[in-house]
Amino acid sequence: MKNSKTKRTVANVVSHVFLTILSIIWLLPVVWLLMQSFRETPTGAFPKAIIPTTWTLSNYTRLFTETDLFNFPRWFMNTLVVAIASCILTTILTLLTAYAFSRLRFKARKPLMNVILILGMFPGFMSMIAVYHILKAIGLAQSLLSLVLVYSGGAAMGYYVAKGFFDTIPASIDEAAMLDGATKNQIFWQITMPLSKPIVIYTVLTSFISPWVDFIFVSVIMKDNYQNYTVALGLYQMLARENIDAYFTRFCAGAVLIAIPITLLFIKMQKYYVSGITAGGAKG
Amino acid sequence: MEKENMLKNFVAGIKSVGKSIANGFSSFFSNFVKGDIITKISYFIMGFGCLARKQIVKGLLYLGVQIAYIYYMIQTGSYYIMMLTTLGTQSQGEVWDEELQIFKVVQGDNSMLLLLFGVISVCITIGFLMVYVMNTKTAYKNQCLLKEGKKLPSFKQDWKDLWDKNYHITVLALPIGMTFLFTVLPLIFMILMAFTNYDKNHQPPGNLFTWVGLENFQKVFGGNPMWGETFSRLFVWTIIWAIFATFLNYLFGMLLAILINRKGVKLKKMWRTIFIITIAIPQFVSLLLMSKLLHDQGALNNLLLDLGWISSYIPFLTNATYAKIVVIVINLWVGIPYSMLITSGILMNIPADLYEASHIDGANAVQQFFYITLPYMLHVTTPYMITQFVGNINNFNVIYLLTGGGPLSLDLYQAGSSDLLVTWLYKLTVNEQNYALASTIGILIFIICATLSLITYNKTSAVQEEDTFS
Repeated sequence: MKNSKTKRTVANVVSHVFLTILSIIWLLPVVWLLMQSFRETPTGAFPKAIIPTTWTLSNYTRLFTETDLFNFPRWFMNTLVVAIASCILTTILTLLTAYAFSRLRFKARKPLMNVILILGMFPGFMSMIAVYHILKAIGLAQSLLSLVLVYSGGAAMGYYVAKGFFDTIPASIDEAAMLDGATKNQIFWQITMPLSKPIVIYTVLTSFISPWVDFIFVSVIMKDNYQNYTVALGLYQMLARENIDAYFTRFCAGAVLIAIPITLLFIKMQKYYVSGITAGGAKG
Repeated sequence: MEKENMLKNFVAGIKSVGKSIANGFSSFFSNFVKGDIITKISYFIMGFGCLARKQIVKGLLYLGVQIAYIYYMIQTGSYYIMMLTTLGTQSQGEVWDEELQIFKVVQGDNSMLLLLFGVISVCITIGFLMVYVMNTKTAYKNQCLLKEGKKLPSFKQDWKDLWDKNYHITVLALPIGMTFLFTVLPLIFMILMAFTNYDKNHQPPGNLFTWVGLENFQKVFGGNPMWGETFSRLFVWTIIWAIFATFLNYLFGMLLAILINRKGVKLKKMWRTIFIITIAIPQFVSLLLMSKLLHDQGALNNLLLDLGWISSYIPFLTNATYAKIVVIVINLWVGIPYSMLITSGILMNIPADLYEASHIDGANAVQQFFYITLPYMLHVTTPYMITQFVGNINNFNVIYLLTGGGPLSLDLYQAGSSDLLVTWLYKLTVNEQNYALASTIGILIFIICATLSLITYNKTSAVQEEDTFS
């Protein structure tokens, strides 16, 4: 009996030590990012010392004051506007599609779901160039509106997670409401939506985050229109070969500024995130 | 379990679509024969079957569609559809102007725009035909309803139905419209490009490009040795990458989750949060940082040199073999927390009595893992893993941000040793503007992903019918 107890204690100590080591490995790059964001710049992108010798806040202040080449405040506002607009549009599109496929029964349901499944297997940015030309044809290229449309245009194809959630709401609730004479429109707004707060929050948050982290679509859509860049693309540009020595620490500062709110949002929504992924995965 | 029966559904779906098209055709003609004069006229003047029977709004809508379509076709549509056959014949050039005695630059045809608008015109025509068939159906249905002595639905009734009986139309109109405009239309456009010679030497507006049939595919499969070599090497690496990235991440993520879930471990929430932080940080930040950390003159090499552990820097990202290993390892850093997050919830759902029973039978932790945990997890998460696998084949960020596909190789066409097929596709469009080849690769990636998913879904559905866990 005593033997098994010591064995358990040893196992516990070992697991804690192991977890600590892993945590250090995982947090090391994050800590390095934080340290670099407070480093004095002159030593270029590749300093000799791992831990900075001189500390400063100037990387953060210069992000907002020296705006002639890299207009961080403007990019920040661009991203905020695009993120808010596209998250509203994306949420509407995703929830409507998911609701239709989950709760409504109509002839085209299965074929449409199959078509969406197949469309999803094409590499996403294969059509990027074509999207750019379509936007150009309707006179929207290089505008923030076009970016909103690009981020939310494919939203209907990501209905799986929300559908997985709607599937878990018992059908009997709908039937009862229908017996009381409610139309399907009323059921959607007055019964399903109030029950679906988690999935609404999840969809809003994920779609709000994506403009902050994408740099591919925005680079194809905006090309050289610096004024309409988003933070991700702007920061990405800071690490181009000709800029990296002067701007590396400022990149780190900007990255910290975006990463903090996103991390907080993500930690808040991890519960919804997991249930969304697993529900979506298991139920299709 | 809708996805699992995809193959069956899909075949059934194709069959039913074929059947309904055949039925549609036969009823289209038989309705015309059986129809009275009003129905017959509405085969030529859309909406007549409604207008003549006092469904004014509906009739006007149909008529409006017809007028708009005819106007569009006369204005531009027919021109674009005709130009689809050649994609333009008049290239941009200088023409001698007799009156002014100078060479004038003449705008030629722009093949790219001709293709784009041609596709749009064809889509509009298909849409119009669908509305047209709907119109004939409505006309015939109205005729039948009147014959049975029933009242025709008023516009008010139709409108009401849109919010109840036909709610799916209302709900899906916007999503489908957007998907069509921003996914389907561009995809058709790009798929067609794979059958043209749109590359650096055929750039509109200066030059024309035209149809070349299957030439691009033939070139990739041997016709052009360099393209063939690049494709086959990147294909093999893509598959190796996807296997490692999917299964290693899954396995280690699950082990980490089990470790954190262990009875004796304190502060479970804190450990989880630490790992989650790394997912939450945007990939372009964390991965770019990693690439700078691992740079030849980067911090890690500096540290190792200072410590005297190495005498010259290690080419983490500039040696082909190292780069591939580094990419897989760094991807563990990215992916383990992710699968830890996904699996830890499911792990807690495994019935505890399974473990207790096996403990009494004398099973140790390792045996429990292989005989209880792993089979259960595989059973529950197979769909997730397939999505992950396909996702990894298309995993752009990790490769592009870490190595940029490098190191470059002279044997490969516009690609580096650690490039995946998708990053190659990206480089081909953005750097090389070889849209024809890029689209060909895109189609091939699609075929690979679709085949893999079909096979695995089909297999798992067969297995799952035999043994069910719960």
